[in-house]
This record gives sequence, C-alpha cells and structure tokens, in this order.
Amino acid sequence: MVDHSVAADDNVDLSRRKFLTRATIATGAVGAVFAAVPFIESWSPSERARAQGAPTELDLSKLEPGQMATPIWRRQPIYVVRRTPDMLARISGHDADLKDPQSKDSEQPAYCKNTDRSRTPEFLVLIGICTHLGCLPKQRFAQGEIYPSWPGGFFCPCHGSRFDLAGRVFNGSPASVNLRIPPYSYPNPQTLVIGSDDKGAA
Amino acid sequence: MAAPGGSVPAAGAAAKKGLWAWLNKRLPVSEFIAEQLTGYYAPKNFNIWYFFGSLALLVLVLQLVTGIFLTMFYKPGELTSFDSVEFIMREVDYGWLLRYLHSTGASAFFIVVYLHMFRALLYGSYKAPRELLWLLGMAVYLALMAEAFMGYVLPWGNMSFWGAQVIVNLFGTIPVIGPGLVEWIRGDYGIADSTLNRFFALHVAAIPLILLLLVALHLVALRRTGSNNPDGIEIKEHLGPDGKPLDGIPFHPYYTVKDFVGVGVFFVLFCIVVFFVPTLGGLFLEAPNFDPANPLSTPEHIAPVWYFTPYYAILRAVPDQRLGALLMLIAVVSFLFLPWLDRSPVKSMRYRGWMSRTALALFVLAFIVLGYLGLQPAEGLYVILARIFAVIYFAYFWLMPWYSKVDAVKPVPARVTYDAH
Repeated sequence: MVDHSVAADDNVDLSRRKFLTRATIATGAVGAVFAAVPFIESWSPSERARAQGAPTELDLSKLEPGQMATPIWRRQPIYVVRRTPDMLARISGHDADLKDPQSKDSEQPAYCKNTDRSRTPEFLVLIGICTHLGCLPKQRFAQGEIYPSWPGGFFCPCHGSRFDLAGRVFNGSPASVNLRIPPYSYPNPQTLVIGSDDKGAA
Repeated sequence: MAAPGGSVPAAGAAAKKGLWAWLNKRLPVSEFIAEQLTGYYAPKNFNIWYFFGSLALLVLVLQLVTGIFLTMFYKPGELTSFDSVEFIMREVDYGWLLRYLHSTGASAFFIVVYLHMFRALLYGSYKAPRELLWLLGMAVYLALMAEAFMGYVLPWGNMSFWGAQVIVNLFGTIPVIGPGLVEWIRGDYGIADSTLNRFFALHVAAIPLILLLLVALHLVALRRTGSNNPDGIEIKEHLGPDGKPLDGIPFHPYYTVKDFVGVGVFFVLFCIVVFFVPTLGGLFLEAPNFDPANPLSTPEHIAPVWYFTPYYAILRAVPDQRLGALLMLIAVVSFLFLPWLDRSPVKSMRYRGWMSRTALALFVLAFIVLGYLGLQPAEGLYVILARIFAVIYFAYFWLMPWYSKVDAVKPVPARVTYDAH
C-alpha cells in the first residue's frame, strides 16, 4: 500500500491518502452489502409460493359434530375439529396439568387467546404441527384413550407430546407451547377461511 | 524417487533436460514435490491413529467422484428426486454401486473424521502452536455436517423430508428472527421444492468448494507447524547438522507407503459394507427413506443418521426446546475452544495424569452412549440417561481448565519414543 519513504520525498499528504483509502474501502463495503441483497432476497418465498400460500376455504356444513377435517394451508395440515358440548366440557378442569393454560406464551391470533382457544367454541382450528420438532400429532379424542384420566386431545407419536381438545400442551411433554392457531374467519356461518381474518390475508 | 535425507531434489531436477526441465521452468512441480512430500519431515513415531487424515482425504475424493456421477442421473425436484434415485438404483448400469459408494462414503467420512479428531484429543494436537490447524479442521467438520445434512435431504424419502423439517425448525427457536429465518431457508411455508433445489445447489457446488478450500488451508497450516506425534513433543527442537529434524522422516516415501497400507485395510472394510450391508441395518440408510416424502405422514420415529445422533440426544434431553437447541449448538462448538480450555503443560495423554485420562475416556463413552440414545425413542430411561451423559459430555470441556491444570504430569522425554522394527 502506501510507501512512506516515497511519500515523504514527494511531499504527499499522507493523512489525505489515508482518508481516501478508508473512504474507498467504506464505499466498497456498502456497495458489497447492497450487491448481496438480490442474492439473499432470492431465497424468500417466490411469487408462486406466495400465491399458493393464499387463504384456504373449508365448507363447515359437511363436518359432523365430533369429527375432524384436515385441509392444507401453506403446506401445513390444519386440524379443524367440530367440538361437541361433551368435548367442550372436557377442556376444563385440568388447568393444573397444563404448561400454558392461558396461552400466554403460545402463538395464536388475539381472538383465540381464551380458554377454548377459538373464535366460536364449536370449531377448533389448529396448525397440525407439533410445536416440539414439527411432527404431526394424532387425534386421540376419546376419554381415557391414552390413560384413564385422559380427557381427550392430540398425541404426538414422535416424542410423546400431549395436547388437550383446545391444543393446550400437558405437563411432561417435550413441547413447550400449545399448538399454534392460524388466522381464520367465517365470511358466513357455513364457511371457514384459513389464513385470512379481519386484518386481511396473512 | 528421491533418497530421504539427501539434497533437495529440485536442484537436481532443474539441471535435467527434456520435458521435465521444460515443465519445471514453467511450473514449480519439483519444488512442490520437494516442499510438500520428499522434503516435508514428519515425526518417525506415528502410530495407527495417524492413518485417518490421509483416509479423510481419500474419502473426500471418493465422494467428489461418485457425487459428480450421481449428479448426471439425479433430478432435483419435489416430483422427480425420489424417482430419479430409484432410476439410479434399478436402471442405470452400476447406478446402485455409485449410490451405495456415495451413501457409505458419507458415513465413512464421519468415521475417519471422528477417529482423526479423537487422535487430536489423545495426543493434544490442538494445543499451541496448532490452534489454527485445529480450528481449520473444525471448520472442515462443520462444513461436512452441513454437506451431509443437505445430501440426506436430496433422495426426498420420508426421512429426508421429516429430517429437514426438524433440523430447519431448529432455526425457528432463535428469538425474534427465528420464524422469518425458517421461511427464508425453506423459500416456502413448508419444506418444499424450493428447499430441495437450494439444498441441491449447496450440496453439489457451494459446500464442496468451501470444503476443498478449507482442506487446502488445513494442509497448508499443517506444513507450517508440522505434525504432532504420540509423544506430543516438537521434533523441530532437535535438528541435525543438515537442519532436518533428527526424529523426522520425509513424508514421501515413508508415510505415503504406510498410508497405502491404511488405504488397503480401509477399502476392505468399506467394500464389505458397500457390497453386503449398504444400509447397515438402518444406520447408514434409514428404512423410512425408502418411502417417498409425505408431508402428511410423520415416520413413527424420527432420528438422524448415526453421525448426528450424539447431538440429537442432547437436543431431546432438554425439556425446553429453545434451551435444547442452544445446548446442542454448544455441544458442537465446544470443540473450538479446546486449545484454550486445556491448561496442561504437556500435550500427549502418555504423560498426563489420571484426571485427564479419565476425562477423555468418559467423554468418548458419553459420545458413544449419546450416539446410541439419539437413535432410541426419547422416553423414560433413555431421556434420563441422555441427561446424565450430556452432563459428562459438557464436563469434559468446561471443567478442563481446572482438571488439566491440577492433574499430575510425568516428565516428557526430549526425543520421541521409538522402537526400530
């Protein structure tokens, strides 16, 4: 770089030269950061992926009480359960056995941050992916299906996480938080739209 | 070839006429051979643990060659990957062999690298002046882990899919940026075609280039410091009148010949696996991966390939997911700090006391037991054992500043221990 002996002979302004060197490096570095943007941005979901991630509709009239439908939204299975009054009764009374009974640390739209974790108690809408490591929990809705005091809910076969009929995680499960809830809305009482609510499409 | 201990052959070669002289006038071939092979002096007391560096290089070449040929038949894509692998297995002449050489090569790579790393722990090869050599080696190991993980996703079997799901989701445990980062890595809202394609690009182009660069730097750093040896002493401290280490011998022909014996033994074992037990009972190729990827069906039991299971066991041993991911990360990067955690005045276990020896033995035991537990379901006794052995694993590293300092050491000889045979 700068040859000091020559510079001294030629009366070169070293501080100016140093300043120019640093300014060039700084400008080049900023340019490099900007140049990196298109490469980094290319990894974001493409227009096609985003289009395919549009809201999904489900006709609720075909869902019998006590049944579960599994539509796909954004490549994730969505668990839609039409809860019977009996099932709704079974989500209360075991708050002490839950890690996050009030869903304080869990991920859900504000309108689902209640005890039954839903907009209308009858329909439970969950992202069917275990919050532990991403396996698919299986439905175990019957009372006592896993052990005598089992109130019904979901069981993840991978690492044994257990969730109740509101998707709330039981103590002793490796998962730390409740099953996630996507944004959803009912444009009319018979139709469920997953991925879109009053705030617009997610 | 050049006589060991004689004059540098470059001088002789330059005087020669003909093609060799023509070549050397334009490209420093002779100098390169002299500097890197015939004039590179390695300690004369190498033992069986010193085979694995050259074997790792051999497996790297094997993976590059078989990988290039697999790329000629493999078609990355959600709809094409699984079928093209089946096509390679059933319809390409010797395609099964190319694929099994590559899949067995992946496991073989980790076997020789783990034995190579154990050698460094045994003889203190990471200690000054070889800290940077160790760090470069660890960078190779980390690049290798990324390479192996992405390669495992490519066949697009069901374990490929769910393995990718679990590993990519680990990035989601990072506070604040996690969820966005996961989406960016996948390029979609789930593991998808976009994920598969970018992993393919990274697996066949980006990471192999990085690996080659890191391996080259590892070798250059080795040439600068010279190899350690089972006695953990510096042969450069005792030079003969010719300026060569008294306890050193030229790498070529002595160690090239020795390494060829290792290559022979390695290929016998390697070919037994390739030809008779290519899946090794689900250890090298897992059974669910012979089913195509299915986003709606999780395999009953998700486990990574054996070389990641020690870390996976640590991840699952922690009841909190974020803490588990953090501990897993620490388990991997702890190796990087070894040169500064080790306060022992001697390098080799030969001259260390019972504390360092016990610690190393327990660490190896913990690594193997955790590797076994990572393959088992995470329940009951398995989880409790994983917690116990995870504590031992971390104790080896983070108590080292204490036990390596207070441990009694034996006097270290000035010259290497060596029985002529």
